Amino acid sequence: MRMTTAAVFSRYADLPALIGLMEGDEKHSEAAHSTLDVIWTLYDRVLRVAPDTADAPDRDRFLLSKGHGPAAYYAVLAAKGFLDVPTLRTWGTYDSPLGFHPDRTLVPGIEIGSGSLGHGLPLALGSALGVRAQGIRRADGTEPRVVVLVGDGELQEGSNHEAIAAAARLGADNLTAVVVDNRSATPPWPGGVGARFEVEGWEVRSERGRHHDAVHRALTDPHPGRPLAVVVTTPSES
Amino acid sequence: MNAPVKSQIPAQNMDIHKASGASMREAFAATVRGALDDDPRVAVVLAVISGDKFREPGARHPGRVIDVGIREQALVGVAGGLALTGMRPIVHSYAPFLVERPFEQLKISLSHQGVGAILVGIGGSYDASFAGRTHQAPGDVAVLDSLPGWAVHVPGHPDEVRQLLLQEIPRDRPVYLRLSSEANRAPVPVSEKLTVVRRGSGRSAGVVVAVGPMLDRTLEATAGLDVTVAYASTVRPFDREGLNRIVAAAGSADVLVVEPYLQGTSAHEVSAALADRRHRQLGLGVSRAEELRAYGTPAEHARAHGLDAEGIAKAARDFFLV
Repeated sequence: MRMTTAAVFSRYADLPALIGLMEGDEKHSEAAHSTLDVIWTLYDRVLRVAPDTADAPDRDRFLLSKGHGPAAYYAVLAAKGFLDVPTLRTWGTYDSPLGFHPDRTLVPGIEIGSGSLGHGLPLALGSALGVRAQGIRRADGTEPRVVVLVGDGELQEGSNHEAIAAAARLGADNLTAVVVDNRSATPPWPGGVGARFEVEGWEVRSERGRHHDAVHRALTDPHPGRPLAVVVTTPSES
Repeated sequence: MNAPVKSQIPAQNMDIHKASGASMREAFAATVRGALDDDPRVAVVLAVISGDKFREPGARHPGRVIDVGIREQALVGVAGGLALTGMRPIVHSYAPFLVERPFEQLKISLSHQGVGAILVGIGGSYDASFAGRTHQAPGDVAVLDSLPGWAVHVPGHPDEVRQLLLQEIPRDRPVYLRLSSEANRAPVPVSEKLTVVRRGSGRSAGVVVAVGPMLDRTLEATAGLDVTVAYASTVRPFDREGLNRIVAAAGSADVLVVEPYLQGTSAHEVSAALADRRHRQLGLGVSRAEELRAYGTPAEHARAHGLDAEGIAKAARDFFLV
């Protein structure tokens, strides 16, 4: 029986091995992989996008704003067939499409180039408004959604707060912000990071990242008229 | 810098909008209103400034006129997102708030993503002379010049604004359109190439390149000189080949560039255009020497920077050794 490498490395349990192709087998840094569970849940259960629809106007869009430590992202993209598994070994080399910060022009399926903090949320808002302005719908009549992942440390950049304030006022309920809270903001956000979204009229939900079912529900329960923020605490806090 | 002359215009007549390119600004607004009707890709992104000019088309085209509030990082970031979905964003504000404040957004949220937008700035250089430094951005073209692939248009007349917009809207590239309250009496057909508007003899003293609103005063300043005067409403990409050819036909490889923004902004382009020959060049523009802490009129600022006809004439006589 013939099996492709993609079929072999396509499960959640394979992700550590895929990350190992990039980073070696040493203990992986928390910062790089605090995003792993939520990105997996998104691509495995939430986003309606696949390698053959990576350029389709009616795809769901995932924007990794927190672009440093993209190994978890690349691993999920490889597990889902957007990337060839052997490509992971080239990570960071001169002619690799996979840098220490992602570049959308080099990898099909990567929606934005990121690394400099604070660009993803405004770009995601613009994408959500662009989908809406063009009246893009899937065959089943549903509207594609735009999901952006930001870090709690990243939210210190003021550009995020311009987008947070503008999004609810513009009624962008096809926009979701996933805030990975690994408590890297110093000092921490008074009242929690979710309060920053709540006061601006977002629907805010909080879950622990390892609880895939709960995160799935938080990402998919309806939130009509309001953009959605899902605050995900990382394993070390779970 | 020269000492500014006394204001000829009573202060109560100075209106911030009049001083910000009302005429070019009206041409921009009218052209874009039409484009909203004609091209479903067009979206207008605003940060309050000029919101009144797009209220009516915004009501007719839901979601395609977006005012993000006084949030210029979001202004450019949202434009980048719109472009990622295939739209053609037209982004508008005062030059300092469009180009300088969100500069990293231009670099990352547009350029690095490989998408474009049309930035339309008002208040070029010292248009808002009475408003002070906060509303002036003479370095706009110079900072954009650090990003590859941008088209920079510096129209000299409202008709050129319309032509340039109609050319750029169907395209995808990143564009900066620098509007000004200063304008020439008549338009020149827009071209990415230099347009010769007065040809000197085979023994001429050299070539003068006048950019955008500098044309009329440059023609006046050089009326008595045997020089070729070429006009540019597009400065990036710069017409190196054209300049090389025009200089080859002149009596001397001496080039004077008159730009309405930071002095010497295009000096490296002239150098590259004439790398195959010994040449001299001088750039006129907004002084780099110091921040001009003066209010008053644009005419007074032009004089202070040596960008009035008299200042250009003196610089030209000195440079061309006549």
